[in-house]
Amino acid sequence: MKNALDDNRPIFLQIKEHIEDSIMNDVIKPGERVPSTNEFATHYKINPATAAKGINELVADEILFKRRGVGMFVTENAKGILIEKRKKLFYENFIQPLKAEATKLQIDSEELIEMVKREEK
Amino acid sequence: MKIDVRDLSKKYKEVDALKNISFQLEEPKIYGLLGRNGAGKTTFMEILAGQILATKGQIYIDGEKPFDNQKINESICLVKEGNNFKKDLKVKNVLQIFQYFYPTWDEELAKELVEEYNLNPNARIKTLSKGMESALGITVGLASKAPITIFDEPYIGLDAAARKKFYEILLEEYEAEKRTIILSTHLIDEVSLLFEEVLIFQEGELVLKEEADFLRNNTYAVSGTTDEVEAFISDKDVIESKQLAGMMTAYVSGDKQDAVAHGLQVEGVPIQDLMIYLTERKGA
Repeated sequence: MKNALDDNRPIFLQIKEHIEDSIMNDVIKPGERVPSTNEFATHYKINPATAAKGINELVADEILFKRRGVGMFVTENAKGILIEKRKKLFYENFIQPLKAEATKLQIDSEELIEMVKREEK
Repeated sequence: MKIDVRDLSKKYKEVDALKNISFQLEEPKIYGLLGRNGAGKTTFMEILAGQILATKGQIYIDGEKPFDNQKINESICLVKEGNNFKKDLKVKNVLQIFQYFYPTWDEELAKELVEEYNLNPNARIKTLSKGMESALGITVGLASKAPITIFDEPYIGLDAAARKKFYEILLEEYEAEKRTIILSTHLIDEVSLLFEEVLIFQEGELVLKEEADFLRNNTYAVSGTTDEVEAFISDKDVIESKQLAGMMTAYVSGDKQDAVAHGLQVEGVPIQDLMIYLTERKGA
């Protein structure tokens, strides 16, 4: 968990990622309750409307579901949905910059694959 | 309460403090009102609170003008950076006067804050330190529970711990009951996470009114070699740029993904920095 949020990225995204990380790391399991909008707002000293936006997006993504009057809970297949989503991001966030840097260093694809394999051992 | 600002101008002798400003604040949100010294923020807040008249144009609050209008004045509490209270009054007299004035006054919250900030009810205002006078201003502003509560640099002389307490209680109160809070401050990095919407004034004009998270998403710093960056920003809205040793960083408004797709290094821009770059550009 992060102690403070960054002011240079949307706060609702950081709240969203916080919950997603907790689910990915099995800290919050399917069927368990996640902190409320006000709990996030108080903890991070952020605007509650902003915290709500992050949580609502996770409801739209079917990562969370609402139980009226009780709170927000993690859905059964939340982790599966997140893995699929993160695989797509993995390509953009890791493979593309990796290739770009490799090109700068004149590392060709063959050598790059060799390096990835070396890491597996 | 709805705030409708229409063609608002204020002239002090030779100086145009506000130049034909128009905008609306429709919902009870926490608004950050930012800008350099002399941008017209305080003048705007004083007109909004019905304390002074505009030279031209008007502010309507739920359709009514605030000047000399008790019904509207009871719904607005403006806490300024100093001289909020008569010097000869005691702290307890000030609290009493505000309690009579504001129908929404929360006596319990006032007591809690007086205790929190160690305010002596029997002390006269003129004997209070700057920080203590600010603490009283904050107490009055929060406890007024006015549907429109305005803080104009309310914490001169307050230490970091006391400011933190102010932010915490402000947030608690806002969570419990939504109201329009306008917070004008130069300590932007301390409070920017509280803002839902940001307004930036520059030389008497409104240069920006936007959701805080939209700004965080739509302003970015892009870095790379000068050639790469210059090629990339040629058709972009550039706020500011700087170069060193063949490398260049440009601050741009627009979609971050464009720059990421170009393989350039991309970073977000904190709201404080955005305010500085925006107001420098306009002033230059």
